[in-house]
Amino acid sequence: MRVQERIIEGLLWLSAVITIFVTVGIIWVLLSESLTFFSEVSVLDFLTDKQWTPLFAEKHFGILPLVAGTLLTTAIAISVALPIGLTIAIYLNTYAPAGFRATIKPMLEILASIPTVVYGFFALTVVTPFLQTFIPNLAGFNSLSAGIVMGIMIIPMISSLSEDAISAVPKSLREGAYGMGATRFQTAFGVLVPAASSGILVSIILAISRAVGETMIVAIAAGQQPRLTANPLVPVETITTYIVQVSLGDVPHGSLEYRTIFAAGITLFIFTFALNNLSFWIRKKYQEKYD
Amino acid sequence: MSKKPYKLEARNLNAYYGGFHALKDINIAMEEKAVTAFIGPSGCGKSTFLRTLNRMNDYIDGFRVEGDILLDGRDIYNKDIRVDELRKEVGMVFQKPNPFPKTVFENVVYGLKIQGIKDKKVLAEAAESSLRKTALWEEVKDKMDKSALALSGGQQQRLCIARALAISPSVVLMDEPTSALDPISTAKIEELIYELKNDYTIVIVTHNMQQAGRVSDQTAFFYMGELVEYAKTKTMFTSPKHERTQNYITGRFG
Ligand SMILES: Nc1ncnc2c1ncn2[C@@H]1O[C@H](COP(=O)(O)OP(=O)(O)OP(=O)(O)O)[C@@H](O)[C@H]1O
Ligand SMILES: [Mg+2]
Repeated sequence: MRVQERIIEGLLWLSAVITIFVTVGIIWVLLSESLTFFSEVSVLDFLTDKQWTPLFAEKHFGILPLVAGTLLTTAIAISVALPIGLTIAIYLNTYAPAGFRATIKPMLEILASIPTVVYGFFALTVVTPFLQTFIPNLAGFNSLSAGIVMGIMIIPMISSLSEDAISAVPKSLREGAYGMGATRFQTAFGVLVPAASSGILVSIILAISRAVGETMIVAIAAGQQPRLTANPLVPVETITTYIVQVSLGDVPHGSLEYRTIFAAGITLFIFTFALNNLSFWIRKKYQEKYD
Repeated sequence: MSKKPYKLEARNLNAYYGGFHALKDINIAMEEKAVTAFIGPSGCGKSTFLRTLNRMNDYIDGFRVEGDILLDGRDIYNKDIRVDELRKEVGMVFQKPNPFPKTVFENVVYGLKIQGIKDKKVLAEAAESSLRKTALWEEVKDKMDKSALALSGGQQQRLCIARALAISPSVVLMDEPTSALDPISTAKIEELIYELKNDYTIVIVTHNMQQAGRVSDQTAFFYMGELVEYAKTKTMFTSPKHERTQNYITGRFG
Protein backbone atom coordinates (compact mmCIF):
# COMPACT_ATOMS: atom_id res chain seq x y z
CA MET A 1 0.00 0.00 0.00
CA ARG A 2 2.63 2.49 0.99
CA VAL A 3 4.61 1.81 -2.18
CA GLN A 4 1.54 2.32 -4.33
CA GLU A 5 0.78 5.59 -2.64
CA ARG A 6 4.37 6.67 -3.13
CA ILE A 7 4.15 5.95 -6.85
CA ILE A 8 0.91 7.89 -7.21
CA GLU A 9 2.38 10.78 -5.28
CA GLY A 10 5.44 10.70 -7.51
CA LEU A 11 3.35 10.73 -10.68
CA LEU A 12 1.30 13.67 -9.46
CA TRP A 13 4.47 15.55 -8.57
CA LEU A 14 5.92 14.75 -11.98
CA SER A 15 2.91 16.07 -13.88
CA ALA A 16 2.94 19.26 -11.83
CA VAL A 17 6.64 19.74 -12.55
CA ILE A 18 6.19 19.04 -16.26
CA THR A 19 3.43 21.64 -16.48
CA ILE A 20 5.66 24.21 -14.83
CA PHE A 21 8.59 23.37 -17.11
CA VAL A 22 6.51 23.59 -20.25
CA THR A 23 5.11 26.97 -19.18
CA VAL A 24 8.54 28.30 -18.29
CA GLY A 25 9.89 26.91 -21.56
CA ILE A 26 7.25 28.65 -23.65
CA ILE A 27 7.80 31.96 -21.92
CA TRP A 28 11.56 31.59 -22.27
CA VAL A 29 11.34 30.95 -26.03
CA LEU A 30 8.92 33.87 -26.43
CA LEU A 31 11.20 36.17 -24.43
CA SER A 32 14.52 35.20 -25.95
CA GLU A 33 13.27 35.30 -29.53
CA SER A 34 11.57 38.63 -29.04
CA LEU A 35 14.67 40.04 -27.32
CA THR A 36 16.62 39.20 -30.46
CA PHE A 37 13.86 40.84 -32.48
CA PHE A 38 13.97 43.98 -30.39
CA SER A 39 17.74 44.21 -30.78
CA GLU A 40 17.05 44.88 -34.46
CA VAL A 41 13.78 46.79 -34.25
CA SER A 42 13.36 49.48 -31.61
CA VAL A 43 10.56 49.05 -29.12
CA LEU A 44 9.49 52.61 -29.87
CA ASP A 45 9.01 51.84 -33.57
CA PHE A 46 7.22 48.65 -32.67
CA LEU A 47 4.76 50.51 -30.47
CA THR A 48 4.26 53.68 -32.51
CA ASP A 49 4.73 52.88 -36.21
CA LYS A 50 1.33 52.83 -37.87
CA GLN A 51 2.20 50.18 -40.43
CA TRP A 52 2.93 46.49 -40.17
CA THR A 53 4.63 45.27 -43.35
CA PRO A 54 7.43 42.87 -42.29
CA LEU A 55 6.90 40.69 -45.35
CA PHE A 56 7.18 43.50 -47.88
CA ALA A 57 10.19 45.15 -49.43
CA GLU A 58 9.60 48.33 -47.48
CA LYS A 59 9.44 46.96 -43.98
CA HIS A 60 7.50 48.52 -41.13
CA PHE A 61 7.20 46.91 -37.73
CA GLY A 62 4.35 48.80 -36.06
CA ILE A 63 2.18 46.42 -34.03
CA LEU A 64 -0.69 48.93 -33.81
CA PRO A 65 -2.60 47.68 -36.88
CA LEU A 66 -2.61 44.14 -35.51
CA VAL A 67 -3.64 45.35 -32.06
CA ALA A 68 -6.37 47.44 -33.65
CA GLY A 69 -7.64 44.45 -35.63
CA THR A 70 -7.66 42.34 -32.49
CA LEU A 71 -9.44 44.97 -30.41
CA LEU A 72 -11.98 45.66 -33.14
CA THR A 73 -13.02 42.04 -33.62
CA THR A 74 -13.05 41.58 -29.83
CA ALA A 75 -15.18 44.66 -29.27
CA ILE A 76 -17.70 43.49 -31.86
CA ALA A 77 -17.75 40.03 -30.32
CA ILE A 78 -18.33 41.37 -26.81
CA SER A 79 -21.05 43.76 -27.92
CA VAL A 80 -22.86 40.74 -29.34
CA ALA A 81 -22.11 38.31 -26.53
CA LEU A 82 -22.63 40.56 -23.50
CA PRO A 83 -26.25 41.66 -24.02
CA ILE A 84 -27.35 38.26 -25.27
CA GLY A 85 -25.36 36.30 -22.70
CA LEU A 86 -26.55 38.44 -19.80
CA THR A 87 -30.15 38.31 -20.98
CA ILE A 88 -29.95 34.53 -21.16
CA ALA A 89 -28.39 34.39 -17.70
CA ILE A 90 -31.14 36.53 -16.20
CA TYR A 91 -33.86 34.69 -18.06
CA LEU A 92 -32.57 31.32 -16.93
CA ASN A 93 -32.13 32.49 -13.39
CA THR A 94 -35.32 34.39 -12.69
CA TYR A 95 -37.89 33.42 -15.27
CA ALA A 96 -37.24 29.92 -16.58
CA PRO A 97 -38.75 26.96 -14.73
CA ALA A 98 -36.13 24.69 -13.16
CA GLY A 99 -36.65 21.88 -15.66
CA PHE A 100 -36.19 24.16 -18.63
CA ARG A 101 -33.05 25.63 -17.11
CA ALA A 102 -31.59 22.17 -16.60
CA THR A 103 -32.01 21.32 -20.29
CA ILE A 104 -31.07 24.64 -21.84
CA LYS A 105 -27.80 25.17 -19.96
CA PRO A 106 -26.01 22.12 -21.38
CA MET A 107 -27.44 22.90 -24.80
CA LEU A 108 -25.82 26.33 -24.67
CA GLU A 109 -22.52 24.73 -23.83
CA ILE A 110 -22.72 22.98 -27.19
CA LEU A 111 -22.21 26.38 -28.81
CA ALA A 112 -18.84 26.54 -27.12
CA SER A 113 -17.85 23.07 -28.26
CA ILE A 114 -18.37 23.60 -32.00
CA PRO A 115 -14.90 23.64 -33.65
CA THR A 116 -13.89 27.23 -34.34
CA VAL A 117 -13.03 26.38 -37.94
CA VAL A 118 -16.73 25.67 -38.47
CA TYR A 119 -17.56 29.08 -37.04
CA GLY A 120 -15.00 30.63 -39.34
CA PHE A 121 -16.57 29.18 -42.46
CA PHE A 122 -20.01 30.02 -41.15
CA ALA A 123 -18.89 33.65 -40.86
CA LEU A 124 -17.30 33.67 -44.30
CA THR A 125 -19.91 31.78 -46.28
CA VAL A 126 -23.17 32.57 -44.48
CA VAL A 127 -22.94 35.67 -42.32
CA THR A 128 -20.93 37.86 -44.67
CA PRO A 129 -23.13 37.20 -47.76
CA PHE A 130 -26.20 37.73 -45.60
CA LEU A 131 -24.91 41.05 -44.23
CA GLN A 132 -23.91 42.12 -47.73
CA THR A 133 -27.56 42.06 -48.75
CA PHE A 134 -28.15 45.18 -46.66
CA ILE A 135 -24.59 46.52 -46.29
CA PRO A 136 -23.53 46.56 -49.96
CA ASN A 137 -20.05 47.96 -49.34
CA LEU A 138 -19.16 45.21 -46.88
CA ALA A 139 -15.94 43.55 -48.05
CA GLY A 140 -15.77 39.77 -48.49
CA PHE A 141 -13.36 39.64 -45.54
CA ASN A 142 -14.30 41.94 -42.68
CA SER A 143 -14.16 42.23 -38.92
CA LEU A 144 -17.94 42.63 -38.60
CA SER A 145 -19.03 39.09 -39.41
CA ALA A 146 -15.94 37.57 -37.80
CA GLY A 147 -16.72 39.54 -34.64
CA ILE A 148 -20.41 38.66 -34.65
CA VAL A 149 -19.74 34.97 -35.05
CA MET A 150 -17.01 35.05 -32.43
CA GLY A 151 -19.59 36.75 -30.18
CA ILE A 152 -22.02 33.89 -30.73
CA MET A 153 -19.30 31.46 -29.81
CA ILE A 154 -18.60 33.14 -26.46
CA ILE A 155 -22.25 33.65 -25.47
CA PRO A 156 -22.29 30.48 -23.35
CA MET A 157 -19.18 31.62 -21.53
CA ILE A 158 -20.87 34.82 -20.42
CA SER A 159 -24.31 33.33 -19.85
CA SER A 160 -23.11 30.38 -17.85
CA LEU A 161 -20.60 32.23 -15.64
CA SER A 162 -23.01 35.12 -15.12
CA GLU A 163 -25.82 32.76 -14.24
CA ASP A 164 -23.57 31.14 -11.64
CA ALA A 165 -22.80 34.57 -10.23
CA ILE A 166 -26.48 35.55 -10.09
CA SER A 167 -27.45 32.25 -8.46
CA ALA A 168 -24.82 32.90 -5.81
CA VAL A 169 -26.64 36.05 -4.67
CA PRO A 170 -28.32 35.11 -1.38
CA LYS A 171 -31.99 34.20 -1.71
CA SER A 172 -32.79 36.67 1.05
CA LEU A 173 -31.86 39.63 -1.18
CA ARG A 174 -34.08 38.41 -3.96
CA GLU A 175 -36.95 37.90 -1.54
CA GLY A 176 -36.29 41.29 0.02
CA ALA A 177 -36.82 42.92 -3.37
CA TYR A 178 -39.88 40.83 -4.22
CA GLY A 179 -41.28 41.61 -0.79
CA MET A 180 -41.07 45.34 -1.58
CA GLY A 181 -43.21 44.89 -4.66
CA ALA A 182 -40.34 44.74 -7.14
CA THR A 183 -41.14 42.92 -10.35
CA ARG A 184 -38.85 40.15 -11.51
CA PHE A 185 -37.35 42.56 -14.01
CA GLN A 186 -36.68 45.20 -11.34
CA THR A 187 -35.27 42.58 -9.01
CA ALA A 188 -32.96 41.21 -11.68
CA PHE A 189 -31.57 44.55 -12.83
CA GLY A 190 -31.79 46.57 -9.62
CA VAL A 191 -30.64 44.00 -7.09
CA LEU A 192 -29.30 40.76 -8.53
CA VAL A 193 -27.07 42.10 -11.30
CA PRO A 194 -25.44 44.75 -9.08
CA ALA A 195 -24.92 42.20 -6.33
CA ALA A 196 -23.42 39.75 -8.82
CA SER A 197 -21.46 42.42 -10.67
CA SER A 198 -18.01 41.13 -9.76
CA GLY A 199 -18.84 37.65 -11.05
CA ILE A 200 -20.38 39.09 -14.20
CA LEU A 201 -17.31 41.26 -14.69
CA VAL A 202 -15.10 38.20 -14.39
CA SER A 203 -17.17 36.43 -17.05
CA ILE A 204 -16.78 39.41 -19.38
CA ILE A 205 -13.04 39.60 -18.86
CA LEU A 206 -12.60 35.89 -19.50
CA ALA A 207 -14.74 36.27 -22.62
CA ILE A 208 -12.56 39.17 -23.79
CA SER A 209 -9.48 37.10 -23.14
CA ARG A 210 -10.97 34.28 -25.17
CA ALA A 211 -11.85 36.63 -28.03
CA VAL A 212 -8.41 38.23 -28.05
CA GLY A 213 -6.81 34.83 -28.37
CA GLU A 214 -9.29 33.43 -30.88
CA THR A 215 -7.54 32.53 -34.12
CA MET A 216 -9.49 30.40 -36.56
CA ILE A 217 -12.59 32.54 -37.00
CA VAL A 218 -10.67 35.75 -37.63
CA ALA A 219 -8.06 34.05 -39.81
CA ILE A 220 -10.80 32.70 -42.06
CA ALA A 221 -13.32 35.52 -42.09
CA ALA A 222 -11.62 38.79 -41.17
CA GLY A 223 -8.91 38.82 -43.81
CA GLN A 224 -5.13 39.12 -43.59
CA GLN A 225 -4.54 42.79 -44.17
CA PRO A 226 -2.98 44.66 -41.26
CA ARG A 227 -4.81 47.93 -41.19
CA LEU A 228 -5.09 50.60 -38.50
CA THR A 229 -8.82 51.19 -38.67
CA ALA A 230 -11.99 51.15 -36.67
CA ASN A 231 -14.10 50.42 -39.73
CA PRO A 232 -15.75 47.02 -39.29
CA LEU A 233 -16.56 46.68 -42.98
CA VAL A 234 -13.04 46.23 -44.36
CA PRO A 235 -10.49 43.41 -44.06
CA VAL A 236 -8.18 43.57 -41.06
CA GLU A 237 -5.64 41.28 -39.47
CA THR A 238 -5.44 40.27 -35.83
CA ILE A 239 -2.32 39.32 -33.91
CA THR A 240 -3.30 35.67 -33.94
CA THR A 241 -4.02 35.66 -37.67
CA TYR A 242 -0.64 37.16 -38.41
CA ILE A 243 1.11 34.49 -36.36
CA VAL A 244 -0.73 31.76 -38.28
CA GLN A 245 0.02 33.42 -41.60
CA VAL A 246 3.77 33.52 -40.96
CA SER A 247 3.94 30.12 -39.30
CA LEU A 248 2.31 28.49 -42.30
CA GLY A 249 4.12 30.62 -44.88
CA ASP A 250 7.57 30.15 -46.38
CA VAL A 251 9.43 32.71 -44.28
CA PRO A 252 12.90 31.26 -43.50
CA HIS A 253 13.38 30.26 -39.86
CA GLY A 254 15.72 32.49 -37.89
CA SER A 255 15.15 35.54 -40.08
CA LEU A 256 13.93 38.86 -38.76
CA GLU A 257 10.63 38.31 -40.54
CA TYR A 258 10.25 35.02 -38.75
CA ARG A 259 10.97 36.57 -35.37
CA THR A 260 8.13 39.04 -35.78
CA ILE A 261 5.75 36.28 -34.73
CA PHE A 262 7.44 36.12 -31.34
CA ALA A 263 7.13 39.83 -30.89
CA ALA A 264 3.48 39.55 -31.89
CA GLY A 265 3.15 36.52 -29.63
CA ILE A 266 4.51 38.28 -26.60
CA THR A 267 2.15 41.19 -27.21
CA LEU A 268 -0.74 38.76 -27.26
CA PHE A 269 0.59 37.01 -24.19
CA ILE A 270 0.77 40.28 -22.28
CA PHE A 271 -2.85 41.04 -23.17
CA THR A 272 -4.30 37.70 -22.11
CA PHE A 273 -2.03 37.43 -19.10
CA ALA A 274 -3.17 40.83 -17.88
CA LEU A 275 -6.83 39.98 -18.47
CA ASN A 276 -6.65 36.65 -16.70
CA ASN A 277 -4.87 38.20 -13.75
CA LEU A 278 -7.42 40.96 -13.59
CA SER A 279 -10.24 38.44 -13.44
CA PHE A 280 -8.37 36.43 -10.82
CA TRP A 281 -7.82 39.56 -8.75
CA ILE A 282 -11.49 40.60 -8.98
CA ARG A 283 -12.61 37.15 -7.97
CA LYS A 284 -10.28 37.13 -4.98
CA LYS A 285 -11.20 40.63 -3.91
CA TYR A 286 -14.97 40.18 -3.97
CA GLN A 287 -15.16 36.56 -2.99
CA GLU A 288 -15.61 37.25 0.70
CA LYS A 289 -18.83 39.13 0.09
CA TYR A 290 -21.12 36.13 0.47
CA ASP A 291 -19.04 33.49 2.27
CA MET B 1 -66.61 46.97 22.48
CA SER B 2 -66.89 47.68 18.79
CA LYS B 3 -65.89 44.93 16.40
CA LYS B 4 -63.10 45.86 13.98
CA PRO B 5 -63.52 44.74 10.36
CA TYR B 6 -61.46 41.81 9.11
CA LYS B 7 -58.37 42.75 7.16
CA LEU B 8 -57.14 39.32 6.11
CA GLU B 9 -59.06 36.10 5.83
CA ALA B 10 -58.16 32.57 4.75
CA ARG B 11 -60.98 30.29 3.70
CA ASN B 12 -60.49 26.55 3.30
CA LEU B 13 -56.88 27.16 2.47
CA ASN B 14 -54.73 24.21 1.45
CA ALA B 15 -51.14 24.49 0.30
CA TYR B 16 -48.83 21.92 -1.24
CA TYR B 17 -45.13 21.66 -1.99
CA GLY B 18 -45.38 19.15 -4.83
CA GLY B 19 -47.00 16.15 -3.19
CA PHE B 20 -46.46 17.39 0.35
CA HIS B 21 -49.59 18.78 1.98
CA ALA B 22 -48.17 21.68 4.01
CA LEU B 23 -51.33 23.57 5.05
CA LYS B 24 -54.55 21.74 5.74
CA ASP B 25 -57.88 23.48 5.46
CA ILE B 26 -56.97 26.70 7.24
CA ASN B 27 -59.79 29.07 8.17
CA ILE B 28 -58.85 32.24 9.95
CA ALA B 29 -59.83 35.91 10.00
CA MET B 30 -57.45 38.61 11.17
CA GLU B 31 -58.52 41.99 12.46
CA GLU B 32 -57.40 45.28 11.05
CA LYS B 33 -54.80 47.25 13.02
CA ALA B 34 -54.14 44.40 15.36
CA VAL B 35 -51.20 42.07 15.88
CA THR B 36 -51.76 38.40 15.15
CA ALA B 37 -49.08 35.95 16.25
CA PHE B 38 -48.49 32.55 14.65
CA ILE B 39 -46.96 30.00 16.98
CA GLY B 40 -46.26 26.29 16.73
CA PRO B 41 -43.44 23.78 16.55
CA SER B 42 -40.83 23.91 13.81
CA GLY B 43 -42.09 22.71 10.44
CA CYS B 44 -45.77 23.15 11.26
CA GLY B 45 -46.36 25.57 8.38
CA LYS B 46 -46.21 29.02 10.00
CA SER B 47 -43.84 30.48 7.42
CA THR B 48 -45.67 28.75 4.60
CA PHE B 49 -48.94 30.33 5.68
CA LEU B 50 -47.38 33.73 6.26
CA ARG B 51 -45.84 33.62 2.79
CA THR B 52 -49.14 32.79 1.14
CA LEU B 53 -50.42 36.12 2.49
CA ASN B 54 -48.20 38.06 0.08
CA ARG B 55 -47.76 35.23 -2.42
CA MET B 56 -44.07 34.98 -1.65
CA ASN B 57 -44.10 31.29 -2.51
CA ASP B 58 -45.25 31.91 -6.07
CA TYR B 59 -41.82 31.29 -7.55
CA ILE B 60 -41.22 28.02 -5.71
CA ASP B 61 -41.48 25.19 -8.23
CA GLY B 62 -44.32 22.84 -7.38
CA PHE B 63 -45.94 25.11 -4.77
CA ARG B 64 -49.70 25.30 -5.11
CA VAL B 65 -52.59 26.70 -3.07
CA GLU B 66 -56.28 25.88 -3.03
CA GLY B 67 -58.95 27.95 -1.34
CA ASP B 68 -59.12 31.70 -0.87
CA ILE B 69 -57.13 34.39 0.83
CA LEU B 70 -59.00 37.64 1.11
CA LEU B 71 -57.37 40.99 1.64
CA ASP B 72 -60.05 43.58 2.34
CA GLY B 73 -62.47 41.07 0.90
CA ARG B 74 -60.60 40.58 -2.41
CA ASP B 75 -59.09 37.22 -3.29
CA ILE B 76 -55.35 37.80 -3.67
CA TYR B 77 -54.88 34.64 -5.73
CA ASN B 78 -57.33 35.95 -8.30
CA LYS B 79 -55.92 36.21 -11.83
CA ASP B 80 -56.53 39.98 -11.94
CA ILE B 81 -54.22 40.61 -9.00
CA ARG B 82 -50.68 41.70 -9.80
CA VAL B 83 -48.29 40.23 -7.25
CA ASP B 84 -46.04 43.27 -7.27
CA GLU B 85 -49.01 45.51 -6.49
CA LEU B 86 -50.15 43.10 -3.78
CA ARG B 87 -46.74 43.20 -2.10
CA LYS B 88 -46.83 46.98 -1.96
CA GLU B 89 -49.96 46.55 0.14
CA VAL B 90 -48.63 43.61 2.17
CA GLY B 91 -45.04 44.24 3.22
CA MET B 92 -42.68 41.67 4.65
CA VAL B 93 -39.84 41.50 7.16
CA PHE B 94 -37.66 38.41 7.21
CA GLN B 95 -36.03 36.29 9.86
CA LYS B 96 -32.52 37.36 9.02
CA PRO B 97 -32.01 41.07 8.35
CA ASN B 98 -31.54 41.33 4.58
CA PRO B 99 -30.61 44.90 3.66
CA PHE B 100 -29.44 45.33 0.08
CA PRO B 101 -25.70 45.91 -0.36
CA LYS B 102 -26.43 49.60 -0.92
CA THR B 103 -26.40 52.70 1.26
CA VAL B 104 -28.79 53.15 4.17
CA PHE B 105 -30.64 55.79 2.18
CA GLU B 106 -30.91 53.62 -0.95
CA ASN B 107 -32.31 50.82 1.16
CA VAL B 108 -35.08 52.89 2.71
CA VAL B 109 -36.16 54.47 -0.56
CA TYR B 110 -35.78 51.33 -2.68
CA GLY B 111 -39.50 50.60 -2.74
CA LEU B 112 -40.31 54.17 -3.72
CA LYS B 113 -37.68 54.29 -6.42
CA ILE B 114 -38.98 51.17 -8.12
CA GLN B 115 -42.37 52.85 -8.17
CA GLY B 116 -40.76 55.55 -10.27
CA ILE B 117 -40.50 58.25 -7.60
CA LYS B 118 -37.39 60.33 -8.35
CA ASP B 119 -37.98 63.64 -6.55
CA LYS B 120 -35.05 63.97 -4.14
CA LYS B 121 -37.06 65.92 -1.58
CA VAL B 122 -39.91 63.40 -1.53
CA LEU B 123 -37.45 60.53 -1.13
CA ALA B 124 -35.51 62.26 1.63
CA GLU B 125 -38.68 63.05 3.57
CA ALA B 126 -40.00 59.52 3.18
CA ALA B 127 -36.67 58.12 4.34
CA GLU B 128 -36.64 60.30 7.43
CA SER B 129 -40.22 59.57 8.40
CA SER B 130 -39.82 55.80 7.96
CA LEU B 131 -36.60 55.81 9.94
CA ARG B 132 -38.26 57.82 12.70
CA LYS B 133 -41.08 55.29 12.88
CA THR B 134 -38.55 52.58 13.55
CA ALA B 135 -36.65 54.76 16.04
CA LEU B 136 -33.58 54.49 13.85
CA TRP B 137 -33.32 58.06 12.62
CA GLU B 138 -31.13 59.39 15.43
CA GLU B 139 -28.80 56.42 15.07
CA VAL B 140 -28.30 56.57 11.31
CA LYS B 141 -28.99 60.14 10.21
CA ASP B 142 -25.25 60.76 9.79
CA LYS B 143 -24.72 57.42 8.06
CA MET B 144 -27.25 57.71 5.27
CA ASP B 145 -24.55 57.38 2.62
CA LYS B 146 -22.75 54.53 4.35
CA SER B 147 -23.34 50.91 3.45
CA ALA B 148 -26.30 49.38 5.23
CA LEU B 149 -24.17 46.31 5.83
CA ALA B 150 -22.07 48.33 8.27
CA LEU B 151 -24.99 48.67 10.71
CA SER B 152 -25.48 46.29 13.64
CA GLY B 153 -27.84 43.35 13.24
CA GLY B 154 -30.57 45.04 15.25
CA GLN B 155 -30.18 48.27 13.30
CA GLN B 156 -30.27 46.32 10.05
CA GLN B 157 -33.53 44.68 11.05
CA ARG B 158 -35.08 48.02 11.98
CA LEU B 159 -33.82 49.34 8.66
CA CYS B 160 -35.60 46.47 6.94
CA ILE B 161 -38.78 47.36 8.80
CA ALA B 162 -38.34 51.02 7.83
CA ARG B 163 -37.80 49.93 4.23
CA ALA B 164 -41.04 47.96 4.34
CA LEU B 165 -42.95 50.89 5.91
CA ALA B 166 -41.64 53.41 3.37
CA ILE B 167 -44.03 52.20 0.70
CA SER B 168 -46.99 52.54 3.12
CA PRO B 169 -48.33 49.01 3.18
CA SER B 170 -51.44 48.33 5.21
CA VAL B 171 -50.25 44.92 6.35
CA VAL B 172 -46.77 43.98 7.57
CA LEU B 173 -45.80 40.31 7.75
CA MET B 174 -42.89 39.40 10.02
CA ASP B 175 -41.29 35.99 10.06
CA GLU B 176 -39.41 35.56 13.35
CA PRO B 177 -38.09 39.12 13.05
CA THR B 178 -36.09 39.02 16.27
CA SER B 179 -34.73 35.49 16.27
CA ALA B 180 -31.33 36.63 15.02
CA LEU B 181 -31.09 39.55 17.44
CA ASP B 182 -29.82 40.31 20.95
CA PRO B 183 -32.30 40.99 23.81
CA ILE B 184 -31.98 44.78 23.63
CA SER B 185 -32.62 44.92 19.89
CA THR B 186 -35.45 42.46 20.39
CA ALA B 187 -37.04 44.69 23.01
CA LYS B 188 -36.75 47.68 20.68
CA ILE B 189 -38.48 45.83 17.89
CA GLU B 190 -41.23 44.59 20.18
CA GLU B 191 -41.87 48.15 21.31
CA LEU B 192 -41.93 49.15 17.70
CA ILE B 193 -44.49 46.49 16.81
CA TYR B 194 -46.64 47.76 19.63
CA GLU B 195 -46.48 51.28 18.18
CA LEU B 196 -47.01 50.16 14.60
CA LYS B 197 -50.30 48.48 15.25
CA ASN B 198 -51.93 51.91 15.48
CA ASP B 199 -51.46 52.20 11.74
CA TYR B 200 -50.79 48.73 10.39
CA THR B 201 -52.17 45.24 10.52
CA ILE B 202 -49.33 43.04 11.68
CA VAL B 203 -48.86 39.30 11.44
CA ILE B 204 -45.84 37.91 13.24
CA VAL B 205 -44.39 34.42 13.43
CA THR B 206 -42.53 33.75 16.63
CA HIS B 207 -41.03 30.89 18.60
CA ASN B 208 -40.91 32.99 21.69
CA MET B 209 -44.04 32.56 23.82
CA GLN B 210 -43.30 35.63 25.94
CA GLN B 211 -42.96 37.64 22.78
CA ALA B 212 -46.30 36.40 21.47
CA GLY B 213 -47.80 37.26 24.83
CA ARG B 214 -46.28 40.74 24.91
CA VAL B 215 -46.98 41.95 21.40
CA SER B 216 -50.02 40.17 20.02
CA ASP B 217 -53.75 40.63 20.33
CA GLN B 218 -54.65 37.31 18.76
CA THR B 219 -52.66 34.11 18.61
CA ALA B 220 -52.93 31.21 16.19
CA PHE B 221 -51.43 27.86 17.12
CA PHE B 222 -50.43 25.62 14.21
CA TYR B 223 -49.55 21.97 14.39
CA MET B 224 -48.53 19.74 11.47
CA GLY B 225 -50.12 22.01 8.88
CA GLU B 226 -53.36 22.49 10.78
CA LEU B 227 -54.66 25.50 12.63
CA VAL B 228 -55.39 23.96 16.01
CA GLU B 229 -56.53 26.98 17.95
CA TYR B 230 -57.06 30.65 17.28
CA ALA B 231 -58.08 33.00 20.05
CA LYS B 232 -57.37 36.21 21.88
CA THR B 233 -53.81 35.98 23.12
CA LYS B 234 -54.83 36.46 26.74
CA THR B 235 -57.42 33.72 26.51
CA MET B 236 -55.08 31.36 24.73
CA PHE B 237 -52.31 31.81 27.27
CA THR B 238 -54.50 31.53 30.33
CA SER B 239 -57.04 28.93 29.28
CA PRO B 240 -56.24 27.15 26.05
CA LYS B 241 -59.00 24.91 24.77
CA HIS B 242 -56.83 22.15 23.34
CA GLU B 243 -54.40 20.01 25.19
CA ARG B 244 -51.82 20.35 22.37
CA THR B 245 -51.91 24.12 22.70
CA GLN B 246 -51.56 23.88 26.45
CA ASN B 247 -48.59 21.55 26.11
CA TYR B 248 -46.89 23.74 23.56
CA ILE B 249 -47.40 26.99 25.45
CA THR B 250 -46.13 25.54 28.67
CA GLY B 251 -43.10 24.19 26.87
CA ARG B 252 -43.88 20.52 27.25
CA PHE B 253 -43.07 19.90 23.58
CA GLY B 254 -41.83 21.68 20.43
N1 LIG C 1 -39.57 25.04 -0.48
C1 LIG C 1 -40.09 23.95 0.11
N2 LIG C 1 -40.19 22.79 -0.57
C2 LIG C 1 -40.71 21.69 0.01
N3 LIG C 1 -41.16 21.63 1.27
C3 LIG C 1 -41.08 22.76 2.00
C4 LIG C 1 -40.55 23.98 1.47
N4 LIG C 1 -40.59 24.92 2.43
C5 LIG C 1 -41.13 24.32 3.51
N5 LIG C 1 -41.44 23.03 3.27
C6 LIG C 1 -42.06 22.08 4.21
O1 LIG C 1 -43.29 22.58 4.64
C7 LIG C 1 -43.48 22.38 6.02
C8 LIG C 1 -43.76 23.70 6.69
O2 LIG C 1 -42.61 24.52 6.59
P1 LIG C 1 -42.56 25.98 7.18
O3 LIG C 1 -41.29 26.58 6.74
O4 LIG C 1 -43.81 26.67 6.84
O5 LIG C 1 -42.51 25.67 8.75
P2 LIG C 1 -42.41 26.69 9.96
O6 LIG C 1 -43.56 26.45 10.83
O7 LIG C 1 -42.18 28.06 9.49
O8 LIG C 1 -41.12 26.14 10.69
P3 LIG C 1 -39.96 26.97 11.47
O9 LIG C 1 -40.53 27.29 12.80
O10 LIG C 1 -38.85 25.98 11.58
O11 LIG C 1 -39.61 28.15 10.64
C9 LIG C 1 -42.22 21.71 6.53
O12 LIG C 1 -42.46 20.34 6.68
C10 LIG C 1 -41.20 21.94 5.45
O13 LIG C 1 -40.33 20.85 5.35
MG1 LIG D 1 -40.49 29.42 9.51
